[in-house]
Amino acid sequence: MKTLEEIQAAIEAAVPGAGVEIVPNPAPSGEHSLRLKPETAVEVATFLRDDGELALDYLSNVTGVDWPDKEIAEKVKVTRAVTKTVDGVEQTAEETVEETRKRVEPGFLEVVYHLFSMARSHGPVVLRMRTGNRSDRVDLPSLTPVWRSAEFQEREIFDLYGVVFKGHPDLRRILMWDGFKDHPMRRDYVAPDDFEYEPTPHDEVLARAQAHRAAQQAAAAAQEGTGQ
Amino acid sequence: MTNPATEYAAGQGIGDARLDGRMVVDPDSGTDLLEVAMGPHHPSTHGVFRMDVALDGERITRLKPVFGYLHRNHEKLGEGHTYLASMPYTDRLDYICSLTNNWAYALAVEKLAGQEVPERAEYLRVIVGELTRVQNHALSVGFLIQDMGASGTPLMYAFREREKILDLFEALTGSRMMCNYMRFGGCRVDATSEWLDAVRKVVTGLPQFADEFEQLLCTNEILMARTQGVGVLRPELAVSAGVTGPALRAAGVNYDIRKVDRYSIYDRFKFKVPLGEHGDVYDRFMIRLLELRESIKILEQALKEIPDGPVMDPKAKIRNFRPKVGEAYGRIEAPKGELGFYLISDGGPNPYRYRVRPPSFVNLTILEDMCLGHNVADVVLILGSVDIVLGEVDR
Repeated sequence: MKTLEEIQAAIEAAVPGAGVEIVPNPAPSGEHSLRLKPETAVEVATFLRDDGELALDYLSNVTGVDWPDKEIAEKVKVTRAVTKTVDGVEQTAEETVEETRKRVEPGFLEVVYHLFSMARSHGPVVLRMRTGNRSDRVDLPSLTPVWRSAEFQEREIFDLYGVVFKGHPDLRRILMWDGFKDHPMRRDYVAPDDFEYEPTPHDEVLARAQAHRAAQQAAAAAQEGTGQ
Repeated sequence: MTNPATEYAAGQGIGDARLDGRMVVDPDSGTDLLEVAMGPHHPSTHGVFRMDVALDGERITRLKPVFGYLHRNHEKLGEGHTYLASMPYTDRLDYICSLTNNWAYALAVEKLAGQEVPERAEYLRVIVGELTRVQNHALSVGFLIQDMGASGTPLMYAFREREKILDLFEALTGSRMMCNYMRFGGCRVDATSEWLDAVRKVVTGLPQFADEFEQLLCTNEILMARTQGVGVLRPELAVSAGVTGPALRAAGVNYDIRKVDRYSIYDRFKFKVPLGEHGDVYDRFMIRLLELRESIKILEQALKEIPDGPVMDPKAKIRNFRPKVGEAYGRIEAPKGELGFYLISDGGPNPYRYRVRPPSFVNLTILEDMCLGHNVADVVLILGSVDIVLGEVDR
């Protein structure tokens, strides 16, 4: 099989401006990956599938990864002028102080695709894509039109991570129920105390009863006050 | 020209772009599509699984699989546990084949951490893995025939053989189904020579079972009438939809990960990859029987060649196991197809991301395509021939 650099060059030749980057993997498995730009992803994927030499006709695994906002604390040396009073005379001296600065690296959702070739028995080629952030820019192009096997797996990522795949034929929740609100595979997800809770007419009655009781108690207290 | 039936169906909220032109209900005939929920507690669904079907008379015009009833977010649990603590949980994915689940997970972690496995452990893995394949295929064929209405006999033949194999698993690992046998860098316990003799005895009896099963079923007139030409899966669609395992090879695509990746020590054994021609239910059923025979061949060779030695890499770290930062995707040919584990390590004791690529889940993608145009009774057979386990689909 071609090396990843050769695949990158072939993609750049076939899809000008594809902007594919190589992401190194330090593990002994050595499965380095290619990061695609969402704008050109479908074109690149179609090329990878149809190219005679690569023939990556089999999309094995599609999965999401959540990378939350990261707070990075850095120690920075800062030089500043300090005024001091020495023996009654004001002096200005330069002093170097170490300061801890915090900066937040914005998080994102990542989708990882593992490709193999059944025609040529090679692989894997790993593709990755990132969303803009974790809240409002979470859409990515769907690769289901290129490889049908992404259909259920992308639905699962939509369900559990909240990535919206544009161009997916049938994007619905798949493992959680339809009325479910959150995305449970996100790192900051907190499970509710009671999954089964549903508002019932009983709640309304209870609330009315409580309000009634409070009014009664207030009236009783007021009566006691006048009685004394 | 637009199809009036499709328009009609779309107006009723049951239209589907993929069915364009295939809907045959005439809006003036006074008939209507019947929507039926097959499952979740239908005995043919092999668990809690629902198919929302729209019927035109007896014929399927739409089928949407609905699942997630057994969902317990296995992947989230995996992120909350250490690498080793997830091992017993993998037993519960495909609970028919717990040992191959263990194997796939161990393989992925070994790939992530760059660990070696001693030779005897590799042989033991192959032996228990192929025994698992034998019992899975016997069982899935048995259930397929059961779904067809031949209640009892063929399934009990399969169960009888499975029982012998489960007894072997119990003797080796202490548990019949939830084996929890493999470790990163080897296996948990060594097999005694008596156990290996017991395996040899069971394996000698297996070809007779395969013969018996074939004589009973393969040329049975009813079976052939019900399964031939039903649920045809074209090879192009099978490849595109990521179907793996017997269903893919029944469609005629030569892709067996034991041959392609040559993981573990599969390059040492001589065995063939049986291929189908038509990709129908009958082919999928026959492929399982033929694969069962190939597994027996592998077992015979492995039992002959198994060397002495340690079953655990002495350098392997059990406690405080922290693989270096990185990721790995390990996959094996499980009895139902490609079972893969994708792991990302951030250097901590728990995996940062723990992903299971279950074969049953992906194989369900094209269930609708295989069922369209067939009768309701055939859906049961087609689902049975895909061979799903809901513990793995729902995770």
